[in-house]
Amino acid sequence: MTDPLTVKNLTVAYQKSPVLKDISFRVPEGKLIGIIGPNGAGKSTLIKAILELIPSITGEVEIFGDSYKNTRKRVGYVPQRESVDWDFPTDALDVVMMGRYGHLGWFKRPDKKDKAYALKCLQQVGMSQYANRQISQLSGGQQQRVFLARALAQDAELYFMDEPFVGVDAATEKAIITLLMKLKEQGKTVLVVHHDLNTVKEYFDWIMLLNVNLIGIGPTEELFTKEFLQKTYGGSLAMLDANSSPIIVSPR
Amino acid sequence: MNWISVFADPNTQWILFGSMLLGLSSGVIGCFAYLRKQSLMGDALSHAALPGVCLAYMVTGTKSIFFFLLGAILAGILATVSISYITRNTRIKQDSALGIILTVFFGVGIVLLTQIQHSHSGNQSGLDKFLFGHAASMIQQDVYTIAGISVVLVALCILFFKEFKLLSFDQGFAKGIGLPTILLDQFMMLLMVTAVVIGIQAVGVVLMAALLITPAVAARYWTEKLHVMVLVAGIFGAISGFVGTIASSMVNNLPTGPLIVLAATVLFIISVLFAPNRGIVAKAKLRGSVKSDFKTVAHQGVKEKSL
Ligand SMILES: Nc1ncnc2c1ncn2[C@@H]1O[C@H](COP(=O)(O)OP(=O)(O)OP(=O)(O)O)[C@@H](O)[C@H]1O
Ligand SMILES: [Mg+2]
Repeated sequence: MTDPLTVKNLTVAYQKSPVLKDISFRVPEGKLIGIIGPNGAGKSTLIKAILELIPSITGEVEIFGDSYKNTRKRVGYVPQRESVDWDFPTDALDVVMMGRYGHLGWFKRPDKKDKAYALKCLQQVGMSQYANRQISQLSGGQQQRVFLARALAQDAELYFMDEPFVGVDAATEKAIITLLMKLKEQGKTVLVVHHDLNTVKEYFDWIMLLNVNLIGIGPTEELFTKEFLQKTYGGSLAMLDANSSPIIVSPR
Repeated sequence: MNWISVFADPNTQWILFGSMLLGLSSGVIGCFAYLRKQSLMGDALSHAALPGVCLAYMVTGTKSIFFFLLGAILAGILATVSISYITRNTRIKQDSALGIILTVFFGVGIVLLTQIQHSHSGNQSGLDKFLFGHAASMIQQDVYTIAGISVVLVALCILFFKEFKLLSFDQGFAKGIGLPTILLDQFMMLLMVTAVVIGIQAVGVVLMAALLITPAVAARYWTEKLHVMVLVAGIFGAISGFVGTIASSMVNNLPTGPLIVLAATVLFIISVLFAPNRGIVAKAKLRGSVKSDFKTVAHQGVKEKSL
């Protein structure tokens, strides 16, 4: 069985200095993985480079032992919500339906089956009553859930989610994490960019610590320690005591 | 001229037909340009078309839409390449880069146009009409070409509807599922340049961008569904073409382009004011009714309390 994701010596730079330096790791199947690191650590960049949305300087990425070009249909992606203009003339169901486009291929229109599938995905994120709502009339958290439903509609085996919990209320966050755990139980692999250190232990069985360099990746209980977090966050981290949750303190 | 004679003349009928199809295809293509926030790009492309068209005329000595298209596409490619070069390699932002390129190309175009006017064959060419358009100068052959190309443009937009929609809404996601976004992007640009070129005779390069964008902006007010918006924009474009051409054929010496664009602008103003939900009047009404509902509820609340 090949690993869902293998990255070798990935380096990415927008300008002169790299924002990701020589990242190498592999991800086993059926894990829910939190990508953790401070602002500007390169978390979004890592996902975009893996999905070839931005060019990388060096490095190889293998998805299910093959290049991304051949495995696109097995990969789902939830971008940061701000990446699109929500005043687009379309409704929630239609956006979710876009998740089916990759399976449809050129020129084919989504049919009844795709529509039913999209509705089911909306239901899974608790948004079915908003199916026909224009997307600019959804709240930020609801928009986030629409994006999540679109990724579900991709029916993928490996998911990348960039901060799916931003602007989402506590109840929705619990619903989403339950959903992600369900995906994991189905043998799917989910990588989630996550900022709230208080919930890391509860949510993820693996974590990836990132700050330009890869600080570490592995089981949460091994890596979610004071030393590793301090390495990742530098001076801006404070731990009240060894057993309690860490909190981030801005250096200023 | 009166109305009856305008419609009875077969030549005018042809010209009307051509202008309507031109408006239709411009409106449809304009929707995607507008939603992708490339309205200014439409402006740049249409202004950049002028030197291309003039050069095509100078080289070939004929007024052939095919060569005009070739010239306009080459000029359009040069313009877009320059714009992205400037944005990438200097600190100048895209809107300023667009402004620079637009004016430079248009300036060169005017110089070439003046040159053509002063040459012996040039003053008969009617190329001066390319600035503001003169639909009446279209001959049946032109109308055939314009109609044919318009139909192809609209058909391509229908064929690629799903892809264009995804590209307009979320380019990153489109790229992620494997759509060749750069290629599609250039393809859309090509459609836009083509619309500009077939619009040169009737509308002119100066105002062609307005015929691309105004119907789309107006249509946005009426609907929250992309396919409806595209349809409405096409209809608005066709109406504008029709009304503008009629008006210019009834009043002597008025160029067609400005009248078509004025017609489109009237439709736009009507949309801003009276469109359901998004229109100003509908919004004011809604606010009014919510207010009065709220007042009665609040009033009842006070009454109950006082009882
Ligand atoms: N388009 C871009 N052009 C130039 N630099 C960029 C661009 N996008 C990101 N960067 C830089 O790359 C670095 C990593 O950015 P990235 O968006 O990957 O961070 P992140 O870890 O996702 O941060 P956040 O937690 O704020 O989302 C940052 O220093 C940022 O300034
Ligand atoms: Mg980010």
